[in-house]
Amino acid sequence: MIYPPAVSSAHFAILSALLFALAMAGLFLNRKNLIVMLMCVELMLLAVNLMFVGFSAQWQNLTGQIMAMFVLTVAAAEAAIGLAILVVYFRNRHTIAVDDLNSLQG
Amino acid sequence: MLFSAFDAPAFAAGFAPIAAALAVFLSLIGGVLGRLCAAFPSTPQFDRLAQYITSGLMLISALLANWVLAQVVTGGHAVTVHLADWISVGDFRVEWALRFDVLAAVMVAMVTTVSACVHLYAIGYMAEDTEIPRFMGYLSLFTFFMLMLVTSDNLIQMFFGWEGVGLSSYLLIGFWHQRASANNAAIKAFVVNRIGDLGFLLGIFATVAAFGSTSFDTIFATLPLVADLSLSFLGFSIHAPTLIAFLLFIGAMGKSAQLGLHVWLPDAMEGPTPVSALIHAATMVTAGVFMICRLSPLYELAPSALDFIAVMGVATSLFAAFVALTQNDIKRIVAYSTCSQLGYMFVAVGLQSYSAGMFHLITHAFFKALLFLGAGSVIHALSGEQDIRHMGGLRRHLRYTFPLLVIGNLALCGIFPFAGFFSKDAILEAAYFSHSIVAFPVYLGCMLVAVMTAFYSFRLLFLVFFGSPRPAGSAHGSHDDHPDHGHGHGHGHAAHHPHESPPSMILPLLPLALGAVAGGFLLEPWLLHAVDNFWQNSLVVHDHHQDISMLVKWAPLFAALLGIFLAWLLYIAKPRWPAVIATRLRALYQLSYRKIYVDELYGWLIVRPLERAGGLFWRFVDVRGIDRLGPNGVAGVTAWLGRISLRWQSGLVYHYVIAMVMGLMVALSLQAYGQGDIRHLLAGLLR
Amino acid sequence: MLSPIDFLFYLFAGFTLAAGVGVITARNPVYSVFFLIAAFLNAAALFLLAGAEFLAFILIIVYLGAVAVLFLFVVMMLDINLATVRAGFVRYLPIAAVVGGIFAAQLIIMLLIWQQSETPPTLNALGNSPMNQPNNVYALGRVLYTDYFVAFQTAGIILLIAMIGAIVLTLRPRTGIKTQVISQQVGRLASQTVRLVDLKPGQTPPTTAATTPTEPQEGSA
Repeated sequence: MIYPPAVSSAHFAILSALLFALAMAGLFLNRKNLIVMLMCVELMLLAVNLMFVGFSAQWQNLTGQIMAMFVLTVAAAEAAIGLAILVVYFRNRHTIAVDDLNSLQG
Repeated sequence: MLFSAFDAPAFAAGFAPIAAALAVFLSLIGGVLGRLCAAFPSTPQFDRLAQYITSGLMLISALLANWVLAQVVTGGHAVTVHLADWISVGDFRVEWALRFDVLAAVMVAMVTTVSACVHLYAIGYMAEDTEIPRFMGYLSLFTFFMLMLVTSDNLIQMFFGWEGVGLSSYLLIGFWHQRASANNAAIKAFVVNRIGDLGFLLGIFATVAAFGSTSFDTIFATLPLVADLSLSFLGFSIHAPTLIAFLLFIGAMGKSAQLGLHVWLPDAMEGPTPVSALIHAATMVTAGVFMICRLSPLYELAPSALDFIAVMGVATSLFAAFVALTQNDIKRIVAYSTCSQLGYMFVAVGLQSYSAGMFHLITHAFFKALLFLGAGSVIHALSGEQDIRHMGGLRRHLRYTFPLLVIGNLALCGIFPFAGFFSKDAILEAAYFSHSIVAFPVYLGCMLVAVMTAFYSFRLLFLVFFGSPRPAGSAHGSHDDHPDHGHGHGHGHAAHHPHESPPSMILPLLPLALGAVAGGFLLEPWLLHAVDNFWQNSLVVHDHHQDISMLVKWAPLFAALLGIFLAWLLYIAKPRWPAVIATRLRALYQLSYRKIYVDELYGWLIVRPLERAGGLFWRFVDVRGIDRLGPNGVAGVTAWLGRISLRWQSGLVYHYVIAMVMGLMVALSLQAYGQGDIRHLLAGLLR
Repeated sequence: MLSPIDFLFYLFAGFTLAAGVGVITARNPVYSVFFLIAAFLNAAALFLLAGAEFLAFILIIVYLGAVAVLFLFVVMMLDINLATVRAGFVRYLPIAAVVGGIFAAQLIIMLLIWQQSETPPTLNALGNSPMNQPNNVYALGRVLYTDYFVAFQTAGIILLIAMIGAIVLTLRPRTGIKTQVISQQVGRLASQTVRLVDLKPGQTPPTTAATTPTEPQEGSA
């Protein structure tokens, strides 16, 4: 016997929320590790994508998937630039710890 | 046959307005072009171009103006050129218009003629200057504003010219802006004129209040209606024509340097000599007299104002003549003589003899321009020396300047048959025959002034041209104080070898000298006695047909001869007496030499208290009040907030992360709180 | 009883979350990257469950094939000192847990509130392509190239700029090597370089003063 699926957009939403919170915790946890921080950001964006796709399926509307695609685009760009900055940063400081990185303070 | 088609009178009638407009606006074009030339780097070509443009246009303008004058006089009616509407508010209308009645035409002809001479003279005089185009441009602009003033159709347009003249005089007096004294003199002239201008403005307001219009035609047409009108001014109810006359006269006092507001005029000689000539002879100072003549129908209704004008005139005249007695600067003497002669003109108009005032204005323009330009020639000859104590014996060196200056001085003194004799005589006769209560003291004062005028004029002549040369051995100091024009020669060297001025500086003096010689008896019938209805209602003319006794007729001449004799006695016959007299009458001498301490009085009474008040305001109100609470306060608070918020900006990435997360949490909480009942939700979860 | 789809959802969701935990707690960044890859793979499976086939493949191809590999590349290229990188991990654990927990709780509360207000239907479209189109890729393409054309192009430009930016940031101009300067080469004038010398037999050539800096010396004879 095949039961009708009980999965709804709410499931996707809760999964997305958990993944997002997890990524945020990761940001705090890996304070010294810029590369893992970047990965956390990627995870956050993935969480957002999950939300978009879930709701897109629920409302029978492709806009959510389109948005998810743009988010992917931006995420890819962000990963490329972020990693490039990371490489330059490492080249200059020989570390990827951002704890002592306060040159943003003009 | 072809030529008979040319209808000369019709052509003249058609061309007159165009010529009139051209006469006025050519000077503006010249001024703008001249000033534009100054925008380019100074090259001899540009300098020459600017000189030719401005002088050429001014010459054309002078020719046109004289032609228009002839047209207006022979045509028998005024030429009016409407240019544009200016202000149109409800019933109140002001328009730009050129009003060429006889009065304006005479003034325009005089102004353009003198100005053309001055322009030509300036070519030679300013030859060594580095900013010739700017100077020529300002000269033309000055003339333009004066022309706007005299051709105005209404008081507002006249005020435009009035202010423009003030502006140009500021620019010209301060032309040598590298010199502090020139800047100060320019500022002084401007500020003192502004004080007078306030009176003029109030007068315009009163005119609008009384007449509802500033147009001269409307004013004259509605004069009978306001003859008994009263206006409320400062809480008092004052007879309207008297109030207007008084307020406008305050403006005239500023512009025409009457006692009290005269202080700028002697200092105005800080400008180059052509400027002084233009200010003192043709433009600016005559504006006040002209304005009263223009409004003579109005002034007729205000006898008390007229008496006041006459008294002010004679007081100024006496004061200036007294001061001129002891001055040593050649230009300063001439400047004070201008002040004195302006007093004469106000005496004339104050005693309702407007035609005599205008007559003296015209003759004075010629001989005063002659005197100033001649004085400039002397200064030029001595490479900037202005102190007459360091001159002497120059008549052998300055073969042309000497006779010209003698002519000018004779005209100034009123020696028959020079121009001054006729006009001055007219004023003195008017004073003698006037029925005004102030007439007799005014007459006596004018006589005294005539003696003093002759004395200081010939003192100047004797000291400059006669005796032996007194080269400025110890006077090099004062020499450097007055580098009147940037002269290429070595100063000390040139001072010992006076040289006659170039022809470009002598030739323009000739028409002026002609006017000073012949202007009197040629113009007297028309300007003074108004034969053939010369003034054509543009001026109120009273008929004086008293029997003039020979004594009254020739008294001014005797007064002048007495003054000349005294000057000869003191400076030729007994050259040691002046020093003796100066020590004997030390107080009187100092009073005159220090210009009756008017400048000091003003400094003590007005300038210093104002300065102190300004200092107090600056230190307490400005710095501690406005600045502290205003700009500095705002800046301080901003900087303080900035320092505080700077602590938030640690530059540490995780601080920003925390801030973002916190913000997100707060936003979510608010959203949750707004969306639904949390207790209900929690209860549902627990169930 | 779980339907197969429900079962698959919970399976992949659990794997995703577990991989996420692995990403943030792994000792070595290399393991983090592998966990990240796992998380993306499971997310792609979830996308498939939701009917977003194209996105699922994009995620695998672009993310796993390019971005994740890029991460791996960088992690392995950089000689990271693991000890310093891991320092403070335990110290930050409580605060990370608190922040993450609070945040997750807030989000879920929000979702519950929202769910109370309207009951969402189940994902009846799972496995089907939405909007009556032949398939998901077709439908997505239609929308993307019509309604979202400008945004799509902009996304492309963003990627281009990101590429250029990454190159500019990491490019290190090397010194001391010979390169061809095209502009100099093209801008050379014959009059400055070629010189005719009338050389008598036995005469030594004159000094080569007229040669330009770019011209090698040996050409003058």
